[in-house]
Amino acid sequence: MAYLEGKNLVASYGVVPILHECSVEVEKGELAVIVGPNGAGKSTVMRVLLGMLDASAGSVTLDGNDISMLSTQDRISQGLAFVPQTKNVFPSMTVEENLQMGGFIRKDDISKTIEEVYELFPILYDKRKQLAVQLSGGQRQQVAFGRAMMTKPSVMLLDEPTAGVSPIVMDEIFSNILDVRNAGMAVLMVEQNAQQALNIADKGFVLVSGRNEHTGTGKELINDREVRKKFLGG
Amino acid sequence: MSDSIDIINAFALLTNFVILPALSYGSQLALGALAVTLVYSILRFSNFAQGDSMAFGTMLVIIISGYMISKGWTITGFPTAILAIPLALVGMSIYLLAMDRLVYKHYRKIKAKQNIVGITASIGVMFVTGGIVRFILGASAQRFGDGERFIFSVREFKAFTGLQQGIAFKTSQFLTITLAILLVAFLFYFLQKTKTGKAMRAYSDNTELALLSGIDPDKVVRITWLLVALFTTIAGTLYGLDKGFAPQQYHLLLLPIFASVIVGGIGSPIGAIAGAFLVAFSEILLTYAYKKFLIYLLPLSMHPSSLVQLIGTEYKYAISFVILVIVLLIRPTGIFKGKVIDGD
Repeated sequence: MAYLEGKNLVASYGVVPILHECSVEVEKGELAVIVGPNGAGKSTVMRVLLGMLDASAGSVTLDGNDISMLSTQDRISQGLAFVPQTKNVFPSMTVEENLQMGGFIRKDDISKTIEEVYELFPILYDKRKQLAVQLSGGQRQQVAFGRAMMTKPSVMLLDEPTAGVSPIVMDEIFSNILDVRNAGMAVLMVEQNAQQALNIADKGFVLVSGRNEHTGTGKELINDREVRKKFLGG
Repeated sequence: MSDSIDIINAFALLTNFVILPALSYGSQLALGALAVTLVYSILRFSNFAQGDSMAFGTMLVIIISGYMISKGWTITGFPTAILAIPLALVGMSIYLLAMDRLVYKHYRKIKAKQNIVGITASIGVMFVTGGIVRFILGASAQRFGDGERFIFSVREFKAFTGLQQGIAFKTSQFLTITLAILLVAFLFYFLQKTKTGKAMRAYSDNTELALLSGIDPDKVVRITWLLVALFTTIAGTLYGLDKGFAPQQYHLLLLPIFASVIVGGIGSPIGAIAGAFLVAFSEILLTYAYKKFLIYLLPLSMHPSSLVQLIGTEYKYAISFVILVIVLLIRPTGIFKGKVIDGD
């Protein structure tokens, strides 16, 4: 059984069904990527894993324990962390306050983790007294990333971390993600830039209409003729 | 009456009848407006029950201070009403938390489109609250201030300065301005420096991300109502000490309070304070009769024969309303760029 596992998830927004027995999983020290066309339910999988949307069937397990019934906050304190695609910072709070809020549930001293985030993203140290709303898109993404790391999570969930950033910043973000994975975290991300994402992924899930269409290692999926034709533009 | 130009006496007159009353009225509005701002920022609805909640808090103070006076638990010269505030605060907190449990919690749970649903629900709470107050204390006006009425009176001021025009500084004005400064300082310290205060700002800024950071929404809502109870009870008591208590009067305070919040920029605490003073000064400056003031300043030949009052005091609520309309037309975000209410 994988470290984080969503199994046969079924979910809907109101009466509109989104997920049909969809399964994803990720191990510690592994980067798994969910790709697929718009409306395939990629972000919905994230929401279900986090307990922000109730699944009508299926289960979510973390390290073998069923966490399906836990609230979002409880899943966060169990080690899940999430960087949403948009609205992923507290705009009218400073960079430092954003990080402090990220560590809100921790009872111990968070100043060392804040130092670590500054080491990973030195620009944030220079801007620590600035409001998040005043930062550039890439810097804001780093704040969002840093905020999520404040709980010292074991699983990092990322919803399209490279949406709307320049190719240079995209490479930077991917390299940050690999750093996080190499540090032993389980990373699961939804990504629009399927080609680049699968290139660095250990594992990939291709979702279509809320169903697993293809599953395999990043390399397998890139080399799969059908996947290439349908999702990677030949 | 002197026939020369007399700037000092003119200024003393203005201080007594405009500046001091407007400062204390503005402070009372500011405290009420901050309560509305807190509810709007955290619970995301405009609380129409604010005026009547202030009446409820004041009612508790009147009952408790009445009991304290009957038992002789007073400090000579000091208004007993102020001593009654801590206990009234407990009652007010229980009442607001109960209303939240009974009414507002349901709409949060079903994730209703909150501003319009919250407004409608709070109108219900407003009527119930106003009804309870009238049921217990009656609808008629009453005064509940005891102790020393003045820090210094007109006569004392005249004797001290030798000026022809006196200034009276009422105990209620002094208490209003002092307590308002203390409360505002406390609120800003709380929101900027404490972990719980920051969590409230985070929740207001981006609710979903606050939940993802493990901030407990129930606790944020609870703390919000406790702060609202604090500001509401004190604002109501100070207003009552200054102008007397009448349920209808408190009900009508809703309009200047909303005007303050919107003028300042809804959701912005600094805006709420600035807006409150703007509304208070507009109301009093526009309804003040300037005849005597001009007599001090102008040569005899130019002395006015009329009262030189721009608007009758009976229209003072219209002033808030006009300010409200002008701001919504010209700068809907308010002075300090708050949010625009869009019906969600």
